[in-house]
Amino acid sequence: MPRVPLEPRFTIEYLSVLDSDGNLDTTLEPQISPDDLKRLYRAMLLGRRLDERMVRLQRQGRIGTFAPIKGQEASQMGSVFTLRPTDWMVPSFRETGAMLWRGWPIEKILLFFAGYLEGGQPAPDHHDLPITVPVATQLPHAVGLAYAAQYRGDDAIVMAYFGDGATSEGDFHEALNFAGVWHVPIVFVCQNNQWAISVPLKKQTHSRTLAQKALAYGFPGIQVDGNDVLAVYAASREAVERARAGDGPTLIECVTYRLGVHTTADDPTRYRSDEEVKEWVRKDPLTRFSAYLQKRNLLEEGLEEKLDDEIAAAVKRFEAAAVADPLTMFDHVYAELPPHLVTQREEMVQRVRSRVIEPPAGGETEQLESPPLRGQRRTSRWPS
Amino acid sequence: MAKLNMVKALNLALLQEMERDADVLVIGEDVGVDGGVFRVTEDLHRKFGAKRVIDSPLAEAAIIGTSIGMALYGLKPVCEIQFSGFAFQCFHQIENHAARYRMRSQGRFHCQMVVRMPYGGGVRAIEHHSESEEQFYAHIPGLKMVIPSGPRTARALLVSAIRDPDPVIFFEAKALYHAGREDVPDEIETLPIGRARLVREGSDLTIIAYGAMLRLAQEAAQLLHDEDGVATELIDLLTISPLDRETLTASVGKTGRAVIVHEAPKSFGPGAEIAASIMEGAFLSLEAPIRRVAAYDVPFVGFAREKANVPDVSRVVAAARETLAF
Ligand SMILES: Cc1ncc(C[n+]2csc(CCOP(=O)(O)OP(=O)(O)O)c2C)c(N)n1
Repeated sequence: MPRVPLEPRFTIEYLSVLDSDGNLDTTLEPQISPDDLKRLYRAMLLGRRLDERMVRLQRQGRIGTFAPIKGQEASQMGSVFTLRPTDWMVPSFRETGAMLWRGWPIEKILLFFAGYLEGGQPAPDHHDLPITVPVATQLPHAVGLAYAAQYRGDDAIVMAYFGDGATSEGDFHEALNFAGVWHVPIVFVCQNNQWAISVPLKKQTHSRTLAQKALAYGFPGIQVDGNDVLAVYAASREAVERARAGDGPTLIECVTYRLGVHTTADDPTRYRSDEEVKEWVRKDPLTRFSAYLQKRNLLEEGLEEKLDDEIAAAVKRFEAAAVADPLTMFDHVYAELPPHLVTQREEMVQRVRSRVIEPPAGGETEQLESPPLRGQRRTSRWPS
Repeated sequence: MAKLNMVKALNLALLQEMERDADVLVIGEDVGVDGGVFRVTEDLHRKFGAKRVIDSPLAEAAIIGTSIGMALYGLKPVCEIQFSGFAFQCFHQIENHAARYRMRSQGRFHCQMVVRMPYGGGVRAIEHHSESEEQFYAHIPGLKMVIPSGPRTARALLVSAIRDPDPVIFFEAKALYHAGREDVPDEIETLPIGRARLVREGSDLTIIAYGAMLRLAQEAAQLLHDEDGVATELIDLLTISPLDRETLTASVGKTGRAVIVHEAPKSFGPGAEIAASIMEGAFLSLEAPIRRVAAYDVPFVGFAREKANVPDVSRVVAAARETLAF
């Protein structure tokens, strides 16, 4: 028998709608209402302004290390924008923008990065998972959510975020494989920002694109200009519609760039050149989108100031909420506190009483007196 | 002799062992051009090139798995896992394979390799960047588990670990990386793996600690001396497994009282094994129950609450006083 070529012979599409001057290919322009265009821009700008504020807060020691999103606003907002509130959003650790869009209050995000786990608690009616730090490990969870939605017959779909580095982890491949085999309603959004800390994409994979990895698992992958919010939106909407129609998973590779540090503990000048960064500054997703909106007369006056005020008010709320009652560390270990933790919690009560550790502001609360009995106390920190 | 912090001391150990032995190589995430996120591998890439200082793709399982293959071939990889919280991604390679090849191949193969990882708190970090997981590795037959307590022990133990024919898990306390300098000799120095170090002699009480907790134990011992006139014997464990039972029992045989300090959660932690070993070796000398001062049995609590969770001097002193008053 001869050697015969087998499938797949593949091509990967690259989608771009807006160029860096805000001109567009009208045949590809997605239909988005003027109001929605304004909301999209507002969300991107809020993401950018908060990011910059957070870097300053970190430098002042008011929050800890975090991963800025600067440069990736279009990838995040263009995709998350296509979700319904009943859909699920599964972030990694660099999705501040997407989280804001999904309704996470700014003060919660700040609390989280200031070392308070309560900042990571999703609201009761939110279908978002908390931030996941170990790279790619959230992806199997996302596939499980999608399976469950399908199992229950809900029309919810799942959108999961990760970076280019994540595509090297086993969990990424296992998750995509399961998603393909199970044919579940999920959209994988890879923010290929070119760098995994100091490791450039070419050292991460020998593949020409990341999008093509989907083909190995039997579903479509597409590469989009990740700094073009309209392209990201168009590809995401298509993928979301496919998922909702029962047509299975999609992988979207957003080709973008991390304009800032990996985290506030990182010094990118050690591994990449200023020229490269400058090159990408020219493709800034915000400049490009605002040029487009300008042409359509959709730019709001004074928006930046408004957003800064919103952020400043949230910073105040965050600082007022940043009070660490040490006893809460026992609240969410189990549904019910086992005996050894009852003992350990009692020791902590004694330490607080004897002022060996600082009590939370406001003095001793009633909680100190009440022994933890059954179930979680104060499960929700959200105002009811 | 140079005054070095722990980062520089570890770097020196790597540099000298790589110069001495062409089979030693370094692999991990960001260990090359960036010099490691804590800079422990700084400059090695420039000196030895990308073939010997490998910036790997982001995959812990493959870092350890391929290192096992290299070790089976006779190379001596020193792997860096960026934070101990991400070593669960390669735990199967460590437990299923690195620890077992000697046994499985009945001595034909073995894995001479070191897995370095930063562990522990004190750096205001998010989840998976502050935990202590030495107990998992200490429990695995076939592995050695080492935790230095400062620049000089770090340098000497890393050299020993690289030369050790068995796989060594090497934990580096992040809180110690920049916590001060010590004299570190220029010429290569080793320390025996499996041997604890007596840091302070005393006859009333033994405190056993390791890693970043040693400093805290030292402070507690001084405070007990100054305020209570208590003579504490302080043991720096250095190797968690195999445990130096001889030193432990000799000390508690003398003092009759023991307090164990670690940052890992209390239950089923190293303290349990240490206490059991003391019971087995020095039962008749014990004057009081052995006390453990450890983190509470809770998952990561967020750094805003970290101080309340991990041992501090006051908890060590309180445990010591209870033991002494028993
Ligand atoms: C399993 C695991 N290994 C290592 C790390 C440390 N780490 C945090 S982010 C990162 C790089 C991630 O790169 P990428 O997936 O491209 O996402 P990006 O940070 O660029 O958004 C690394 C190595 C981690 N968080 N999880």
